[in-house]
Amino acid sequence: MTLKVLAVGSGGGHWTQLMRLLPALEQHDTALVSTMDQGVKGRFYRVLDANQREKWAMLKMMAQILLVVLRERPHVVISTGAAPGYMALRFGRLFGARTIWVDSFANVDQLSMAGRLAGPHADLWLTQWAHLAKPGGPEFIGAVL
Amino acid sequence: MIFVTVGVQLPFDRLIEAMDRWAGERGRTDVVAQAGSSAYRPQHLTLRKTLAPAEFRRIVEEAELVVAHAGMGSIITALELGKRIVVMPRRADLGEHRNDHQLSTARYMAEQNLVTVAPDATELVRLLDEPAAALPQRKISRIASAPLINKISDFLDAEATRRGLGVPARPAA
Repeated sequence: MTLKVLAVGSGGGHWTQLMRLLPALEQHDTALVSTMDQGVKGRFYRVLDANQREKWAMLKMMAQILLVVLRERPHVVISTGAAPGYMALRFGRLFGARTIWVDSFANVDQLSMAGRLAGPHADLWLTQWAHLAKPGGPEFIGAVL
Repeated sequence: MIFVTVGVQLPFDRLIEAMDRWAGERGRTDVVAQAGSSAYRPQHLTLRKTLAPAEFRRIVEEAELVVAHAGMGSIITALELGKRIVVMPRRADLGEHRNDHQLSTARYMAEQNLVTVAPDATELVRLLDEPAAALPQRKISRIASAPLINKISDFLDAEATRRGLGVPARPAA
């Protein structure tokens, strides 16, 4: 049996950045999640896009993510953002997964809202900017670029 | 062909209108725009709605120049394909985004000579009228930096070991 990984990136830049991390993931049994159809091979789930201002969409998206997590039962959840990735980390951890958050390169001045919320629930909590790293996290290791 | 893109999330009328006016004034008929939910109706651009990633990549591949908002999807795709890219950052005070992070991203990318920044329509027009060869052109690999890849690989291998699962061999770097 191999390690089951759930990798989550919303459509647009989050997904583009997640794809640049694939070489680290693809030796494992990885399923992908996004908010847009990405035309990828392998197991893929599409969920609703939502942010904290859209309560109803947020609830539906949460339910979708919960179903994906129950179906996949991943050992590790990794996300580059945004809200669906945060939910996947929370639900993943609830069911015993270890979690990785890679905050988007676009967040130069401060961590994203989802990234700040994800911090306490991430076993590996990363920023892509050295000046945003702090004792206790997030950590800076490198960037997707 | 020039490819204009505003990303998948938000409209960006200021960019679409500036490109439409420029294409009209210069008689350019080879400007393709992925305008998303922008309200402005261009007369001189070939409009595409939101594009699937594979199609998006194919059009970037064909373009001689990419003109975009300062979003990571647009910038990274252009750089992976070695395309010159001019970015106009979205501004929060004009309601174009929730905050001004695109200004910071664009400034950093320009310092690294990866992109050219047009803060407004006037500067955009000036850049478009220059020979494209004057703009920086960089190509990056399709993989994140090695320290980041290694850190994540180590984490996954450690987790596989902890659970008594197989640790697959890593592809040669």
